Amino acid sequence: MARIEIRDLRKEFDAFTAVEGSSFTIEDGEFFMLLGPSGCGKTTTLRMIAGLEAPTSGEILLGGEDVTNLPASKRDIAFVFQMFALYPHMSVRANIAYPLISQGMKRREAGARVEEVARILGIGAILDRGVGGLSGGDRQRVALGRAIVRQPKAFMMDEPLGALDAEFREHMAGELRALHDRMGATTVYVTHDQLEAMQMGDKIVVMNHGVVEQYGRPQEIYDRPATLFVADFIGSPPMNTLRFQGAVAPGDAIARLGEVCVAMPALRAGATGALVLGVRPEHVTLDDAAPLRAQVSAVEYLGTTQMITLDTAHGAVKARVAADMAVREGARTGLRLDAATLSLFDAATGRALPSALHEGAHRG
Amino acid sequence: MRGRIVAEVRLEGVTKRFGADVALDAVSLTVPDGAFVVLLGPTGAGKTTTLRVVAGLERADAGSVHIAGRDVSRETPAQRDVAMVFQQYSLYPHLTVRENLAFPLRSPLRPRSEAEIARAVENVAALLRIPHKLDNKATALSGGEMQRVAIGRALVRRPAVYLMDEPLSSLDAKLRADLRVELKRIQAELGATMLYVTHDQTEAMTMATHVGVLEGGRLAQFGPPRAIYADPDSVAVAARLGAPRINLAPVDLFGAAPHPAGAVTMGLRPEHIALGGDAVAATPARVTRVEHLGDQTRLHLRVNGHDLVTLTAPHTRAKAGDALTVAARAPLFFDGAGRRIRS
Repeated sequence: MARIEIRDLRKEFDAFTAVEGSSFTIEDGEFFMLLGPSGCGKTTTLRMIAGLEAPTSGEILLGGEDVTNLPASKRDIAFVFQMFALYPHMSVRANIAYPLISQGMKRREAGARVEEVARILGIGAILDRGVGGLSGGDRQRVALGRAIVRQPKAFMMDEPLGALDAEFREHMAGELRALHDRMGATTVYVTHDQLEAMQMGDKIVVMNHGVVEQYGRPQEIYDRPATLFVADFIGSPPMNTLRFQGAVAPGDAIARLGEVCVAMPALRAGATGALVLGVRPEHVTLDDAAPLRAQVSAVEYLGTTQMITLDTAHGAVKARVAADMAVREGARTGLRLDAATLSLFDAATGRALPSALHEGAHRG
Repeated sequence: MRGRIVAEVRLEGVTKRFGADVALDAVSLTVPDGAFVVLLGPTGAGKTTTLRVVAGLERADAGSVHIAGRDVSRETPAQRDVAMVFQQYSLYPHLTVRENLAFPLRSPLRPRSEAEIARAVENVAALLRIPHKLDNKATALSGGEMQRVAIGRALVRRPAVYLMDEPLSSLDAKLRADLRVELKRIQAELGATMLYVTHDQTEAMTMATHVGVLEGGRLAQFGPPRAIYADPDSVAVAARLGAPRINLAPVDLFGAAPHPAGAVTMGLRPEHIALGGDAVAATPARVTRVEHLGDQTRLHLRVNGHDLVTLTAPHTRAKAGDALTVAARAPLFFDGAGRRIRS
């Protein structure tokens, strides 16, 4: 069993704080994503879990055991890096067998394990080839094979697909997730790609400047971003943010954007000053009769849907609508926002105000 | 600035070989004046070679290239009056943005007054929304700004034709989405004739007035994005556009549903798959995986031994292992060679 608990984990490099008091739990068998822009502390967090970096303070529990001060070699974790670190002069078979042989396993037993791993990864046919002439995908499969052959308690992966082109990355992402579903081993995966995180992860930690911004299931984070950073980082295009000045009180279920009243989930807290109304593009509908006025500035056809960009008094808004709807650039229209899905942020703190939206949590 | 120039680009039967490899195989296509044509295709399809033949950086082995009605096949790149933007922004790092933009105008072949140059640079900077960056060094810019300046350097000369080779591919996803909209706006404002190469289907669908799909050195299909998506001529073209990718399945996947004679393969986009029990002759399916992407949810299904991927509402209750039913709704049909059969 490999439940991983992170408690108040902190890492300082001289005056620079890379990770600030992070706490979260990775359940046994989860595919867990550490997501954020470069420099957010996600790789440092992963390296601390793996034992490659010693935390400044805090605790790491692996399967209930405190491993905070154990070296990497004692943690029974396998690491897969972005760059395929293979031995170029060895065959695929020898590369995969290497971790077992170096642990002193008998060749016969190691050979059987390699065959099994090759079957899981679908690389049985290339076992006796040198790794030099392999395609990027096969090299990545061999690197994975070397990680899973040891049957460790958990896998740490640092942007393992980062070096692949987009089309192939999507294919490998699917393959990696299917492999995880067959093996069920706890996996911690670092990425800066929000779509990769949404697509593959059971849970996501979103980090920024060393701080955990939010932690939860992908759909939960998408639907109820805890901060403006998450609202902007998750989703392509990101959540629309309509900026306005105002005051709201607990119980309010209306946001007043100038003259326009927009219905929203009932608030559980108040705020005054600069406020931000957040709405996802698929929750914006074009409606001539709606009081929130807008002008179409761009239309982008996407096949099943199209993306409409509109200018409003509160900033640009994108709307995802059906592909067969006729929309003309320059046209003036109104916008209807799906009340039940709206978030309201306090611009000063960047945090979402608690509302009825957050009480229907843990669906989906 | 000069007025707008009529600048249709026409390729007639262009063939280009590199040794034994045929990079382009009798490609004929017309970029209408003021059109934004995007060439789409996988690596090695001949996209960049087409662009380089139009630019005059490669000479065709057969066929001809015409710009504004003039046969330019024998002309040098400079004589053709085209500007090219590459994937890697090639700016002069020691020069300011203003000097980088002015550089193409300081050609000894066509001297311009300093006032004329300053005016052209200011105009382009306004168009690109970077007037406040004009006096920054090129190296002090972000990646997106650098690529804007690189595009600006192509715009400032007001050539007859703009050629762009994956100019956005080195940028991150958010910036790429912004610059897509920008580039389309700029092209529309200038009425520029543009030939643009990419392997990114989103760029092709969102920016193009016409998409040319290249496969193995041949032009597989040419037309407006909506026509290419909704009415593809072949399996290869159908698979090039659409996310998730079109499902290809044997024509009898759903049993003896009616299909045109000669049809072997059925193409099913999400809009061609009806979920739920009320459809006539619905087929049982099992959910193998549910992917929540936020705005949409991908449902992976197993149907009669085949895998299908479709879209469903973000908050579906479906989970792996669930049983449901599926039916086809006006799918696309293809013959054994992958050619479309229209009924």
